Amino acid sequence: MTITTLTPTVRTTGRPRSSGRLFGPVADTWAMTRRNLVHISREPMQLSDVTIQPLLFTVLFVFIFGGAIPIPGGGSYVDFLLAGILALNLVTSTMGTAVGLSTDLHEGMIDRFRTLPMWRSAVLVGRSMADLLTSFLCALIVGVTGLAVGWRPGANYVSIVGGFALVLFFAYAVSWVAACVGLNSKSPESAASFGFIVLFPMTFVSNAMVPTQHMPGWLQAIATWNPVSAVVAGTRVLWGNPNPSGTIKAWPMQHPIEAALIWSVLILAVAGPLAAHFFRRRTTE
Amino acid sequence: MADELMIEAEGLEKRYGSTHALAGVDFSVPAGTILGLLGPNGAGKTTAVRILTTLALPDAGRGTVAGFDVVKQPGEVRRHIGVAAQDATLDPLLTGRQNLVLVGELSDMGRAASRDRAGELLDQFELADAADRVLKGYSGGMRRRLDLAASLMTRPPVLFLDEPTTGLDPTSRQRVWEAIRELLGEGVTVLLTTQYLEEADALAHRIVVVDHGRVIADGTPTELKEASRSAHLEVTLTEPHPDAVAAVAPLVAGQVHVLGDGRRLSAAVDAAPGLATSVVRALDTAGVLVDNIEVRQPSLDDVFFSLTGGHIEVDDVEEVVDGAAGVDGEDGDDGRESGDTAAGDGDGHPRLEGARA
Repeated sequence: MTITTLTPTVRTTGRPRSSGRLFGPVADTWAMTRRNLVHISREPMQLSDVTIQPLLFTVLFVFIFGGAIPIPGGGSYVDFLLAGILALNLVTSTMGTAVGLSTDLHEGMIDRFRTLPMWRSAVLVGRSMADLLTSFLCALIVGVTGLAVGWRPGANYVSIVGGFALVLFFAYAVSWVAACVGLNSKSPESAASFGFIVLFPMTFVSNAMVPTQHMPGWLQAIATWNPVSAVVAGTRVLWGNPNPSGTIKAWPMQHPIEAALIWSVLILAVAGPLAAHFFRRRTTE
Repeated sequence: MADELMIEAEGLEKRYGSTHALAGVDFSVPAGTILGLLGPNGAGKTTAVRILTTLALPDAGRGTVAGFDVVKQPGEVRRHIGVAAQDATLDPLLTGRQNLVLVGELSDMGRAASRDRAGELLDQFELADAADRVLKGYSGGMRRRLDLAASLMTRPPVLFLDEPTTGLDPTSRQRVWEAIRELLGEGVTVLLTTQYLEEADALAHRIVVVDHGRVIADGTPTELKEASRSAHLEVTLTEPHPDAVAAVAPLVAGQVHVLGDGRRLSAAVDAAPGLATSVVRALDTAGVLVDNIEVRQPSLDDVFFSLTGGHIEVDDVEEVVDGAAGVDGEDGDDGRESGDTAAGDGDGHPRLEGARA
């Protein structure tokens, strides 16, 4: 059965590097981003935490807590809540980054990627880009739902967009923390626990849902210095909505926009390179 | 040009924890040929492929592919290889076509060229009908063919196929084999790992047998068969006889197995002139009547067993003997002649397992 009569025309040259296309890493990142978006279209339930959840949370919080929570300094609960609910939804949805990356690494597909002459970090950055795009969708849904249940921003359009951008930027920074978690988790399931153990407490122990004035002293101190509080307070300021935290004397509550930006940049500066490091470590054997 | 070595491994070593997956492996593959890397599970085949495809770093030794060092120039190596790995390395949520296009785009082919090439390969591998279905609905054979297609997207000069037919039914296996043979005609250099002797015999120009992370034999299929002195003796008695085993035992190399209804004896022997005569004479002296006797030359299975002490993973000793690939048997009743459905592991194939006692 052995083949002995072959006269092969030997091929020894590889493919030449193509020129005139998108810069390699950009093209690779875009290809990976599209792949992740196709995933979402295949399993729309993946999208539920940026579509159904924000819709549900916004409506539930407004109608359940709306009447029961007085806002120090006055104003309606829905105006107070919306920045908080946006932060809650965007921050907790970064769990998807952790789960997605963990899944990528546990499927054989990562080995295929690693044998291709691609920019390897495109696996990481493409995931992050796709998640950022779904975050925009989430923000849009929160905004529209908010308007439907009575949220009224009291600022100009630039300022309103700035408020959205502040939360989106922070959530993007947190998604790199989530990436670190996903890259170190043993399974996609354990990556998901990051959401419940870290993200939910982090958003709840803040001024996002309730004014912190009624919290016990120690919890109030945590809430005051919680990055989420700065982000939410900053967005309330930008949207011209009630911001009861403005009366708290701590620096982040007096300068919430600056504090939110500093927190976001700090988190990104630490978690970004760390994720790249973990990714290299996970993909080297 | 034809003598150029497209794949070279020199003293490759790799440890995973306390396991010495590779303990110094050397082999090379001349351009335009197929090397079969043959061995039982855990022999180190996949580790060798992972190092040569830049997925793993060797602890010692050197590997080059298409003239590029796998450690120092991994980017250049990746630019010259196609890999069909053992595990499914395709995206289950994308369609067959989307998978191929993604591989093309990530290989810097550009979108239009990737689409063209994907269409071509889907036709070639008879996947055109399923091209726009999500991979979840593909059968095992379809996935393997798509995996092979993905490895060919860039028309790489060097191809690594890690157990491309493991778990496939005989028909799918034949189709993969045909595809591999066609590639050879195009001048591609292939490193193929397999646990199937039959596959290595059918496809490879040279075979390297690995076990416990070491190369234990290296040669053409014919050379390997010749290198093994062991032949196989089978005797069919007229009726079972208590003295038969004792009479034959002094003439054979190992243990005498009694098969089936007790009428058939089987044993490894050192090929020697006049062996059949000696056996018949010994049995006659013991008063045993012989219906049939056969001394057959070693198959690759025999070679492998004599090299590794391995065994075919089946639960019936009778099948172990009958399952030897490429054997000229004369008993029509045991399916020995039926090619790749001889005996085996459920999918019709003898599968090697190293003796790990």
